[in-house]
Amino acid sequence: MIVSNLEVVPGKRTVKHFGLVQGSSVRAKHVGRDIMASLKNIFGGELKGYTELLQESRQEAYERMLEQAKATGANAVLNVRFSTSSIAAGAAELFAYGTAVTLE
Amino acid sequence: MTDLIIFIVLLSLGYGFGRYAEKNHYKSIIQREKELNSIPAIASRIPPVGRPDLTNQLVAGNVVISVDYFKQFIAGLKNLLGGRVTSYESLLDRARREAILRMKEEAKNLNAEFVFNVKLETSSIHKGRGNGIGSVEVLAYGTAFYPV
Repeated sequence: MIVSNLEVVPGKRTVKHFGLVQGSSVRAKHVGRDIMASLKNIFGGELKGYTELLQESRQEAYERMLEQAKATGANAVLNVRFSTSSIAAGAAELFAYGTAVTLE
Repeated sequence: MTDLIIFIVLLSLGYGFGRYAEKNHYKSIIQREKELNSIPAIASRIPPVGRPDLTNQLVAGNVVISVDYFKQFIAGLKNLLGGRVTSYESLLDRARREAILRMKEEAKNLNAEFVFNVKLETSSIHKGRGNGIGSVEVLAYGTAFYPV
């Protein structure tokens, strides 16, 4: 499976389009992590717990997108984009989307 | 009176640790940027032509960085006067450069020659006091080209 955020893949021709595929994951913050984050707000610096949490949930959104692409029978996802939105206090949605295609 | 003492203690803790963290972070960023200079991150959407020996893969890097108490206080004061909020500028600068570095590190593990179509996304994920910025997340992603 080729996944890229370019619109074309060099040296390969797109033979079939399957349209948009997407995956999302909504995560809430852990209370313990929230307390740690408030402490870090005094000292400054990287919040490792949050970095990992967001990375994991983004990975999940990404994998859901790939599953959907596989289900349609595509062999590549092009023009992949990520987006983040906070939908409620303490919860964030991580969203990945792209175009499923078949390459030669 | 105790409130004032707590406030001053928090402010000086923020100033001390915050400055120390920022100095160290910039040092490590500059050093790693030199090491990873061989992998250019390019913002162009058009893929390279005439390199059929390369294959590609999505790479990404993210980081969450928190502002310290002192900077938040200064930014609050700046809100009254207006003008550049330098304390947040350096926060965002550090976060962006760190995210790009992490993306490049992933690309380096693939022996990539360059990373194309780099996109940056910023979101504030934890609100501080009075809905100010508490911490920001930056995600950098792009397509790495590496020899098969």
